[in-house]
Amino acid sequence: MVTSTPHVRSGDTIESIMRDVLLALSPAAIMAVYFFGIRALCIIILSVGACIGFEYLFELLTHRPITITDCSAAVTGALLAFNLPASSPFWIPVVGAFFAVVITKQLFGGLGQNFMNPALAARAFLMAAYTPLMAGSWTRPVRNLLSADLISSATPLGLLKEGPSFIIQGSDLLNAFLGNVAGCIGETSVLALLLGAAYLFHKKIITWHIPAAYIFTVFVLGTLLGRRGLFTGQGYYEILTGGLMLGALFMATDYSTSPVNDTGKIIMGIGCGILTVVIRNFGGYPEGVSYSILIMNLFVPLLDKYCIPRVFGVVKKKKRETA
Amino acid sequence: MSVPAFTFHRGIHPPSKKDQTAGEAVKKLVPPAGTEMIFPMLQHIGAPCEPAVSVGERVLLGQVIGSAEKPISSPVHSSVSGIVKEIRQALTPTGVVCSAVVVVNDGKDEGIKTTRAHTVSETLDREETLKLIRQAGVVGLGGAGFPTHIKLSPPPGRHIDTVIVNAAECEPYLTTDHRVLLEDTERLIAGLEIILTLFPNAQGIIGIETNKQDAIDKIEKAVREKKRISVAGLRPKYPQGAEKQLIYALTGREVPSGGLPADIGCLVDNVDTVIAVERAVHRKRPLIRRIITINGGAVKNPGNYEVRLGMTYGDFARAAGGFTTQPYKLISGGPMMGVAMFSLDVPVIKTSSAFLCLTEEEARLPSERGCIRCGRCADYCPARLMPLDLNKYVIYGEKDLFLENHGLDCIECGSCSYVCPSKRHLAQSIRAARREALAARK
Repeated sequence: MVTSTPHVRSGDTIESIMRDVLLALSPAAIMAVYFFGIRALCIIILSVGACIGFEYLFELLTHRPITITDCSAAVTGALLAFNLPASSPFWIPVVGAFFAVVITKQLFGGLGQNFMNPALAARAFLMAAYTPLMAGSWTRPVRNLLSADLISSATPLGLLKEGPSFIIQGSDLLNAFLGNVAGCIGETSVLALLLGAAYLFHKKIITWHIPAAYIFTVFVLGTLLGRRGLFTGQGYYEILTGGLMLGALFMATDYSTSPVNDTGKIIMGIGCGILTVVIRNFGGYPEGVSYSILIMNLFVPLLDKYCIPRVFGVVKKKKRETA
Repeated sequence: MSVPAFTFHRGIHPPSKKDQTAGEAVKKLVPPAGTEMIFPMLQHIGAPCEPAVSVGERVLLGQVIGSAEKPISSPVHSSVSGIVKEIRQALTPTGVVCSAVVVVNDGKDEGIKTTRAHTVSETLDREETLKLIRQAGVVGLGGAGFPTHIKLSPPPGRHIDTVIVNAAECEPYLTTDHRVLLEDTERLIAGLEIILTLFPNAQGIIGIETNKQDAIDKIEKAVREKKRISVAGLRPKYPQGAEKQLIYALTGREVPSGGLPADIGCLVDNVDTVIAVERAVHRKRPLIRRIITINGGAVKNPGNYEVRLGMTYGDFARAAGGFTTQPYKLISGGPMMGVAMFSLDVPVIKTSSAFLCLTEEEARLPSERGCIRCGRCADYCPARLMPLDLNKYVIYGEKDLFLENHGLDCIECGSCSYVCPSKRHLAQSIRAARREALAARK
């Protein structure tokens, strides 16, 4: 056999990467079931199943190669479920899966071609179309696996938004870190998300640039711009609550919708951070992670165009003229 | 670790596959009488040689059979004694077809008479040294095959202050440089000293990857008293032995885009080239042999062999013990940059460095899929290019964008294709476009 070089390839494949991402999401899924009960599990399974199903159907109907075995639809499904409240009716993840996989991903050419994060685009669609179901009823952790009773409660960020008198206590921080707060299925447990992300860092599947820039920006701006004026914010609470960790670690780092180069990644992270704090503090919603990432997704082609590294041996024009 | 390990940015870590042959001492292969030896007239970069013998003529070992009259060229010598059978077109391992002299070995190894060899190079002047190197047909043995006497005469105005011996040997499987470092230490140092006499103000550095600690130790001991020669450890990483990356690792200087190492005062020669220089200058021996690692799943006795140039890869494989199974893929060189060959009837030439005979399983390559924009190709590219974009420009035929985005600065190391999870043909497409653009320039 004759081929062009190189004659060997690494063992990494799309499948191995997607499987690692699924593995990294599993601690958060386990914590979700622990806090929100069996209903959370049902929604995760439904969402993953629907994403895989829609991808299969679309590819079947359009006579394209079937790509469900690359696990990317499963990742989208898991992330979509993580962005839904446990109290969602069971048709919500199915509608979301259709929007994510068919409209956001496949219609733009499939894996790697979509310009917006499919799970977040679906969440934005659901938020706009079914606002009361999506934003009205946050589920409080039940901590009873089989409990079917879901109790609505305000999210930590909702509390901050509504009541300027809300005082953050030490136990609030601990609860937010562990995930014992109201919120979407997969976003509440910072501990589990960090654990999963550590695995992805270790496997070099994601780099530190976007998460670090994003979280740091929210921390600094969250501290500076308090809801009751300058320097009244609590940056550490801002980064532990809402969808920030999920967004910074798993959504903003999506390959298709983030810049390729390090400088671009850092700018993307900072941009997401600024938008998140602006929406949280001055916008109509208590939470702004998903919209921030979606907006920054649109800047990715621009960032990719201008943030390219200096090619080896190429000297900047100025220097060359003097040399 | 006795020496600090220098390195360049980015690059990859393919499995080294060196353990099997690193401990194997070099065995000399003598071609049996009756063997047909093929000597292509183009074994270097530059103008091909003219056959200097005629059919039916008897040639001696070391006799010039291809004369190099053109300025950028290098003569070809017979590696055996025997009768010239024919002069015909022949294929080289690099895929080039050129005229070649075919000699039938008589097995007597009768050599040409040489005048008394010089032993102390100090007595030779610059011109004499370069003449001896040219006459011996020495070319860059790292793979490029640029005539060494020309490389050692840099254009005026270039002040060489660093002479680097490239002993990185970063390609998987290859262990020939490692063996030469261990077995021919004195000759290597003598060869480097000859080169240093040409550049009185230069320091010599022997760069060795730290996975060859025994070689580092041995050479360090040997150069302890030498003021102008030092040893530097290099972090094992591919492509550590790529000229530009090696210079950067050892000196922190970047070869300017489109420029030469001499532009930044550096000169790099491969281990075996330095040995060939020593043989040429001290002993007036022409370049007629090459040390080659033979390995791969289909090979019965993997090892390092000293092979006479002109022997076909098929004869070489048979002499080295043959195959355990029908080889599926034949590669002249390493798995990252070596050339796949479609025939065993191709001769070993000056730039041959390894012979890999892979089984079907080892040679299997995954099929190409869509880019997922993971950015690994860009993360690992030692030239800091954007292979994913360049690949797109090649596919869409955007030649201007390809050139604008420095497609010509690609060193064709193949790291991008190696790491790509979608197994895209990144390096392959960029190389094709690059060669096309370079050819159009001429």
